[in-house]
Amino acid sequence: MASSLIEKYMRMDKLPHIWCPGCGHGIVMRAVVKAIDELELNREKICIVSGIGCSSRAPGYMNFNTLHTTHGRALAFATGIKHANPELEVIVLTGDGDCTAIGGNHLIHAARRNMGITTVVFNNNIYGMTGGQYSPTTPTGDKGTTAPYGNIDKVFDICSLAQAAGATYTGRATVYHAQLLIRLIKDGIKNKGFSLIDAISVCPTYYGRKNKKGDSVRIMEWLKDNAVNVAAASKLPPEKLAGKFLIGELYNNPQPEYTEEYKKIVESFQRG
Amino acid sequence: MAVKQKGLVIKPDWCKGCGICVAFCPKDVLKMENNKVTIANGDACNGCGLCELRCPDFAIYLEEDEKDE
Ligand SMILES: Cc1ncc(C[n+]2csc(CCOP(=O)(O)OP(=O)(O)O)c2C)c(N)n1
Ligand code: SF4
Ligand code: SF4
Ligand code: SF4
Repeated sequence: MASSLIEKYMRMDKLPHIWCPGCGHGIVMRAVVKAIDELELNREKICIVSGIGCSSRAPGYMNFNTLHTTHGRALAFATGIKHANPELEVIVLTGDGDCTAIGGNHLIHAARRNMGITTVVFNNNIYGMTGGQYSPTTPTGDKGTTAPYGNIDKVFDICSLAQAAGATYTGRATVYHAQLLIRLIKDGIKNKGFSLIDAISVCPTYYGRKNKKGDSVRIMEWLKDNAVNVAAASKLPPEKLAGKFLIGELYNNPQPEYTEEYKKIVESFQRG
Repeated sequence: MAVKQKGLVIKPDWCKGCGICVAFCPKDVLKMENNKVTIANGDACNGCGLCELRCPDFAIYLEEDEKDE
């Protein structure tokens, strides 16, 4: 037996999952099903889509309509699914590499169109599955297998990127702040258009070890100490925010959703 | 076999010994033993559910009916 939540929503024959001890992805996956449960959604009307990566393995464990696609292309497949079946709640589970490196172009255009998709990025600042190559969210100066002397690139702020491209809901939480994460995923799903949740996860095996940041507990303590809620941030002087990052709902500005606009065009011809 | 006390259930075969639940339990209820979590001080548990919330392996949880009592 496992908890009723896990029994209800997981493919029990596929558990325990194969993620490493302390991998944050299990916490994010649980937050997704908890959000679905609290929203009392009809599971037949949900489709969960992923690309490739440790994070993208999540739908394999989840007892829903699921689609495990190719690296970087989850949002392209999800766009097709939403077009064919606009009544579906389409949820994309992806990694920082999957979503913002190889899949970056799909991300900006899904956001630009305000496709009715909720994207949860399992952001562990590294390519976990392939052995710790740096990703577009590896902090400048940090190490990866492909940046043994320190990464000189600047990082993507995934929420700002999505918002600038047209996303109508963005939010960030961490695996330490899992309760907030559940709330943001719920609000992201409730938004009809494109929602992006930046779920800060931890990869103790590659990111933690390569950067001597310790085990999951130490990394989660760092997340706890360095995350500032947006509500509190507005009242803090800039020097208190140096080196910190924002969590909470970052943007919420509903706009017409793509498949609804598309339907209007189709209906304009049917009427005549 | 599951370890149980006051509605708190541990599934040792799923526990990977990461220590997250132990580190962030506000009441010091849990401890590690041979790389698995176990209950050290079950009476102190306040049923907050933070261990279940953050266990990446779904190996610790509160039984619902007992929680509601
Ligand atoms: C077209 C293609 N290019 C490269 C790969 C190799 N590859 C598999 S997963 C991955 C990166 C995964 O990183 P991320 O999306 O951040 O997920 P994580 O494993 O960290 O959860 C790469 C480069 C691939 N499978 N397909
Ligand atoms: S390599 Fe990293 S991301 Fe992949 S399962 Fe292990 S800890 Fe998780
Ligand atoms: S958080 Fe889960 S896997 Fe980690 S030690 Fe606790 S019960 Fe075991
Ligand atoms: S429910 Fe709360 S007090 Fe009880 S063991 Fe879990 S974290 Fe500790």
